[in-house]
Amino acid sequence: MTALVQDAINAVYVLAVVVFILGLRAMSSPATARRGILYAGAAMFIAVAVTFFSPGLSNFLFIFLAVAIGGLAGWYWARVVQMTAMPQMVAVFNGMGGGAAAAIAAVTLLSSLSTPATAGLSLAGAVIGSISIAGSLIAFLKLQGWLRSKPIVLPGRQFVNTAVLLVGLGFGVAALWQLSAFWLLPFYVLLLLYGVLLTLPIGGADMPVVISLTNALTGIAVALDGFALVNGPLGDAGYAMVIAGVLVGSAGSLLTLLMAKAMNRSIANVFFGAFGATEEQGTTMQGSLKPIEVSDVAAMLAYAGSVIIAPGYGLAVAQAQGKVRELSDLLEQKGVTVKFAIHPVAGRMPGHMNVLLAEAGVSYDKLFDRDEIDPEFATTDVVLVIGANDVVNPAARRKGSLLYGMPILDVDAAKNVIVLKRGSGKGFAGIENDLFYRDNTRMLYGDAQDTLTKLVQELKKL
Amino acid sequence: MSADLWTALFIALLAAFTGYEVISRVPVLLHTPLMSGSNFIHGIVLVGAIVALGIASNPLEQGIGFVAVVMGAMNVTGGYVVTERILAMFDRSKRKGGPT
Repeated sequence: MTALVQDAINAVYVLAVVVFILGLRAMSSPATARRGILYAGAAMFIAVAVTFFSPGLSNFLFIFLAVAIGGLAGWYWARVVQMTAMPQMVAVFNGMGGGAAAAIAAVTLLSSLSTPATAGLSLAGAVIGSISIAGSLIAFLKLQGWLRSKPIVLPGRQFVNTAVLLVGLGFGVAALWQLSAFWLLPFYVLLLLYGVLLTLPIGGADMPVVISLTNALTGIAVALDGFALVNGPLGDAGYAMVIAGVLVGSAGSLLTLLMAKAMNRSIANVFFGAFGATEEQGTTMQGSLKPIEVSDVAAMLAYAGSVIIAPGYGLAVAQAQGKVRELSDLLEQKGVTVKFAIHPVAGRMPGHMNVLLAEAGVSYDKLFDRDEIDPEFATTDVVLVIGANDVVNPAARRKGSLLYGMPILDVDAAKNVIVLKRGSGKGFAGIENDLFYRDNTRMLYGDAQDTLTKLVQELKKL
Repeated sequence: MSADLWTALFIALLAAFTGYEVISRVPVLLHTPLMSGSNFIHGIVLVGAIVALGIASNPLEQGIGFVAVVMGAMNVTGGYVVTERILAMFDRSKRKGGPT
């Protein structure tokens, strides 16, 4: 009887894994993406449901209670969160996964069932899971604005960080010899501390890379826990965890590399470079900043043949996505071609800007990648840069600049460039932007939401 | 190493290639839902957490297992709802834009 139940449970796990992969595949095209998450959701549901029937489990009351608490909290929070706050939300849920992986490892390590091989695997899962939850929570605090978004650089940090990591791992190895909470507690404390120290010196604009990497890390931690379970009496759940965890680990690593490449930085530079902590000195700008009035911009746009809008995170901060859509609709009614140029790292998460514009109702066939749209700038009448700075900074083409080599939107090739900006401050990287001083550039100062509202009003009058 | 671990290792390698192949052609447009979606998929950790709490035999293990299940459940439901919301927006914008 038990064997039959085992077989049935195994069959369901196999089915769930197949549906997972189909779901992930469907999520790689806009037309089928929605179906993809429904598949994955169904697979997850049955995988969790059959786990309850695994022979030999007890503590059901606790399990139901815990599922109810976590499930309701996650559901409620995810429902009420604003789309602009999405990146920190993903960071939190990601951290929860890492934390769960670390906690599972603790139970496996403490339980009498562990063998040297499974204990080693659990320990590795605990290391990665702990770094993932600590890193994710710091990313959340920074993105939420509860912690300074600029890099927080402590003196001697490389040395301190390495020491914390090594001592923590030392306690972990000691725990392998003598399994007890006595060694495990300092191990967890130090590894969590390492995760915090690792993430603190990373600036807000680099958080997409951090979230993406901790996502991959959680996947790997889950897979390691799965490996440890495979050897035990309830191995079937372990295989499902290995497959799903590794899927996420590899997909997440790939995404992380893509993100870092889009900024022309190595992963090591993102994590250890404290980028943005020092400002570039000694560059003086030629020319001057030339302000422009809203009414002039309105006329310029109305009589243009083609307009490209290049949005940055400043747009999201000002909550002006809806206004941008209104503007683009209005221009299209007047026969102007409007396109959006989306830099891969615009926003605080890969593809975040696409989501924000989609929420505002901008059709996704108007959104173009940097590579797709770059040749078009030269033939475009007006480019509107809204709340973006570093991703349009021509300094990226100048050898010796901190930004050198980062692929940028070549907006300066357009006939006219209008920059909507709150003030004359520098971008995240702390580097002067010579785009603002070019002859074909005009500055339109003010809050993006405010300015765009006025711009729409002016356009309606024309 | 036991046979089970070797099997798991083979499976892991295949899964790694699958993950890479499936993701490598994804447009930037879908990076956010994809990240959120893969965030949901590692919510499979809930299965492990249920097993961990299910085999816990003393208050310390039960306490840690309980925390694991709470966090795992939060990962799963939160990850799902967020991804669903993001993708629902793409659906809507597609309809508004009309056929192209």
